[in-house]
Amino acid sequence: MLGYYFDLALRSLRRNKMLTALMVVAIALGIGASMTTLTVLHVLSGDPLPGTSSTLFYPQVDPRDMDGYEEGKRPPEQVSWVDGMNLLRAKRADRQALMTGGAVPVQPAQSNIDPFFSDARYTSSDFFPMFKVPFLYGRPWSESEDGAKARVVVISRTLNEKLFGGKDSVGQTLRMKDTAFQVVGVIDLWRPSPRFYDLNMDSYGSLEDVFVPLSTARDVHFEHSGSTDCWGTGGGDEEHAETSPCVWLQFWVQLNDSGKVAAYRDYLVHYSQEQKTLGRFQRPPNAQLPSLMEWLDINKVVPGDVRLQTWLALGFLLVCLVNTVGLMLAKFLRRSGELGVRRALGASKREVFAQLLVESGVIGLAGGIFGLLLAFVGLWLVRKQPSSYAALAHMSSGMLLVTFLLAVGATLLAGLLPAWRACQITPALQLKSQ
Amino acid sequence: MDILPILSTLRRHKTTAFLVIAEIALTCAIVCNAVFIINQRIERIHMQSGVDEQRLLHIALANIGVTKDDKARRAEDLAALQQVPGVISVASVNQVPFGNSSSNGSIKLDPKQRLATLNATDYFGENVTQTLGTQLIAGRELHADDYMDMDQVVNAAAAKDAKGIPHVTVITQKMAERLWPGQPALGKQIYMSDYAFTVVGVVKELIRPSIWDDSAASYTMVLPVRVANNEYILRVDDPKNRERVLKAAVAKLKEINPHRVVLKQHLLSNMREDFFQNDRAMTGLLVGVCVALLVVTALGIVGLGSFWVAQRRRQIGVRRALGATRSNILRYFQTENFLLATIGIGVGMVLAYGINLLLMVHYELPRLPAIYFPVGALLLWTIGQLAVLGPAMRAAAVPPVVATRSV
Repeated sequence: MLGYYFDLALRSLRRNKMLTALMVVAIALGIGASMTTLTVLHVLSGDPLPGTSSTLFYPQVDPRDMDGYEEGKRPPEQVSWVDGMNLLRAKRADRQALMTGGAVPVQPAQSNIDPFFSDARYTSSDFFPMFKVPFLYGRPWSESEDGAKARVVVISRTLNEKLFGGKDSVGQTLRMKDTAFQVVGVIDLWRPSPRFYDLNMDSYGSLEDVFVPLSTARDVHFEHSGSTDCWGTGGGDEEHAETSPCVWLQFWVQLNDSGKVAAYRDYLVHYSQEQKTLGRFQRPPNAQLPSLMEWLDINKVVPGDVRLQTWLALGFLLVCLVNTVGLMLAKFLRRSGELGVRRALGASKREVFAQLLVESGVIGLAGGIFGLLLAFVGLWLVRKQPSSYAALAHMSSGMLLVTFLLAVGATLLAGLLPAWRACQITPALQLKSQ
Repeated sequence: MDILPILSTLRRHKTTAFLVIAEIALTCAIVCNAVFIINQRIERIHMQSGVDEQRLLHIALANIGVTKDDKARRAEDLAALQQVPGVISVASVNQVPFGNSSSNGSIKLDPKQRLATLNATDYFGENVTQTLGTQLIAGRELHADDYMDMDQVVNAAAAKDAKGIPHVTVITQKMAERLWPGQPALGKQIYMSDYAFTVVGVVKELIRPSIWDDSAASYTMVLPVRVANNEYILRVDDPKNRERVLKAAVAKLKEINPHRVVLKQHLLSNMREDFFQNDRAMTGLLVGVCVALLVVTALGIVGLGSFWVAQRRRQIGVRRALGATRSNILRYFQTENFLLATIGIGVGMVLAYGINLLLMVHYELPRLPAIYFPVGALLLWTIGQLAVLGPAMRAAAVPPVVATRSV
């Protein structure tokens, strides 16, 4: 029966090619636009570390003076050197890492490569196991190397290819800012997106090329970049970065169960009170411990334009669907005579309804296929855009399935009303009016 | 034209009429808001910077090793750059318009104030306003004897020594108006982390580098601090020479001190382009969606109109046989479309207003100006009339003899 309906649908659609094309194109455009924007939104609002993110937290304390104090406002987005170091050394979490971004001058040994600047991250040893960073060669540096301000470096696979031809470079020397560093590890391809650990930098940018211990970076005067927020008389200059009242570091902890999360929260409040007693903090304790995903949410990482585009595309799809409903309704009602004959010949309402739904389903299928093609074109266009997230805009198999279900589902839904209205006709009346 | 027969016909085709109205209403609501956003973006793209964009170059370098004699090197660089043919003025600065890094500070009118009045950006560097080409509208430019060196200022700040901190500043007109509405700004004082600065000059406009809030884009102050950040701006005599001068200047800098890397070398006009590229992309996308929406709606009206005409062929024939002229029939379908469009536009306006309210809350967009309503209505009426013209003319062409034929 379904085969017969399918055949009927094709005949009917062929009878008025322009109209069929119009319906298919409208649905395809709506689906294409919606899927493009939904895919981008999905990619951008994804979990950067699936499976691990739920154990990662971003502790915040408020070390500022009373100037500008408003109750209920969030603490600063970063920590100062003193607080960062205190929390790092306290080791109250399962793992913890203190970090900041920067750029370092790399001086290749080869004379044919000019010195260049690479994005760098200055951090502590737990960074790598805590964020499950995959290593191609070697290992992270150790905690003792952190303490000893060792001249060690972990580089990205990209930099390893550029400088060492992709070979195992562990043990090799890398010169940066006229200082010799020993390569201890090479990170394999890894691109958490968003790059959650430092949202001051390009949130969807690629991985830094150079990782050195934070203590070493300070020792050899590597410049830090990102945001520096000062209060009181803080000037935010590099020389006084350890002592000035400024926040410029990110601190992350790993807490493996909810008991530890609660304990850590208490610890942060206790720490704030203690610092207030010591006279370092002035504000009432304001400790926060958002989880990774909460932190991304608070910072509105997904660009507003991307959300706006998604809404716009969904609105467009809605208009296209309303358009299709109208056209299908007109089409089905025009065939009242034919349907009347079928009904008079014994087809039940339900059968006529099924026939018409198959017809709208065919349009949905065609619209879905074209829409999918358009979504691929749309994503290709997105990738041509200048934004840093552009390169991430790829269709996943999950999204592919969603596209298809959305296209067919939406059109079937759109077909429901016209099909129902069309099978309400009274056969006798239709036959008479002929 | 009598609209009562039209209304009674529409009442018999409630569902179809409702769908046309819904489509027009949705299109109207989305297009009004999209065009509004497009206008906002275009306005942003054309934001005034207050500087001589066509003649400015930006060069940023970074030392490879640790350097000690930054000030002497800066003097050497500046002297050499000044000698490059075509260069009118050079300055060693901390930031440039349309750059992506900026130094900002909270400004108060009274040191005892708990919350800052506004957040302003600070341009540093001797000769910075003269090189940028800002327009002084009151007071004076900063003089050489106002200036202090950055490292000394930093040490003075660390030692809380107010004497080692500059005490004059030049601010923009918009910042002055925000701080002292309707009053002259010259001679007034502002406070930044407890230090007082007297306003000695006001420039017409000087945009801040990273703009996160468009309404604060012009809150800018220039402080008399000399910096040696390896970052230079150059103004050339003739825009035609820009590329050549940039190349010569970079070569000169590399020649003086090869132990550094050129991080950036740009024409300021290109930096402006890059700065607004997302806005341009968004504008293009919105225009595309608006056109697509209007086309889909128009085609929908054509399609439905054609069906209606085909369905009512006999009725039309009867009317023609009873004496209705071609233009009567044409007018009938045009009026019918006008009625549907009017209801659709009415609903669409309410929807447009609702969407705008949502956007105001979630995207900090301003209120939709009233002018959008009549313009949007006119646009949709026109599109509706154009779309229905084809089917209506086909209807008008139905000969009266159709009435006499059965089926």
